[in-house]
Amino acid sequence: MSARAETGLWLTQRVSAAVLALCVAAHLVTIVLAVQGGLSAAEILGRTRGSAAWAAFYATFVLAAAIHAPIGLRTVARETLGWRGPTLEAAAAAVGVALAAMGWRAVAGLFA
Amino acid sequence: MVPGTLDVALWRGDAGGGAFRRYRVPATARQTVLDIVTWVQRHEDPGLSYRFACRVGMCGTCAMTVNGKPRWTCRTLVGAAARDGKLEVAPLANLPVVKDLACDMTEFFEKWQRAEGRFQPRPGADADFAVVPPDSAARRAADAGIECIGCGVCYAACDVVAWNPDYLGPAALNRAWTLVNDVRDGARERRLRAVAGDAGCHACHSHQSCRQHCPKHLNPTASIASLKRAAAAAALRGEL
Repeated sequence: MSARAETGLWLTQRVSAAVLALCVAAHLVTIVLAVQGGLSAAEILGRTRGSAAWAAFYATFVLAAAIHAPIGLRTVARETLGWRGPTLEAAAAAVGVALAAMGWRAVAGLFA
Repeated sequence: MVPGTLDVALWRGDAGGGAFRRYRVPATARQTVLDIVTWVQRHEDPGLSYRFACRVGMCGTCAMTVNGKPRWTCRTLVGAAARDGKLEVAPLANLPVVKDLACDMTEFFEKWQRAEGRFQPRPGADADFAVVPPDSAARRAADAGIECIGCGVCYAACDVVAWNPDYLGPAALNRAWTLVNDVRDGARERRLRAVAGDAGCHACHSHQSCRQHCPKHLNPTASIASLKRAAAAAALRGEL
């Protein structure tokens, strides 16, 4: 892969990591507050359904994870398995698409 | 262990394999690991192969693995390296063995070339003397990594080299960073392209083993991190 593409992946992973740091922190704080408040699953869904803000937050969270994870897995596969070339790039992209599809489906379940 | 002697194990073999052979070596005050190896060759085993030149920490040829750690043997006192009076000396890791304690450094230095680790003057640079303020940010960055002696200790200590044999390695990337900061050099963009590929600076995990073991106390990890940022900035400007 070219220097420009490698640098682009490196930059993309750093930016997605920064987004993830914020999202994970907000997610954990939300969990702790919800559990301490004694909210049931139905009560949580009552707050997230129809909320564009929660949907946007978790859709962003999913997007950052779907971008960040495949880039890291690609590196792990190259270093530990010696896997390189177009098949690895395709597999990494497929992991990203799968993560995004599953994550956004879950977000849709929270919203709709 | 006999009092006044050291229990020394030296790796004997070649690229096909080998094993440690044990020797008893007289212990003397302030002897170095290189002194030990030399004593064995001169008194016990003339067939022992190893490499050294200056013996004063300048040439970078005598690096070996001492009790599991890569070290420059001419400046490593036995007292600092031995454990319970025992010393185990092997060739550097991550490099092919020529024979016994001598490694083939060809690939190590070829990677310096692949990283464009050579000064390439700007066009017209010979017209006049370059004025380089010693306290400028670029010169300070170059100075921080300039004292590398090319011993290969960082390369042997690097996990990423072990995982990815194509990885350029800490020394070559550190050299590239010193040249990126050399205002007299005219190959900055080509060099950044050379070091930002899939076996270049972005492959570094910042484990800092290079920094931990560098006998000159350089910090190649910091140089590589700076290369990552310089490559990213060049990519955003469309120069990569």
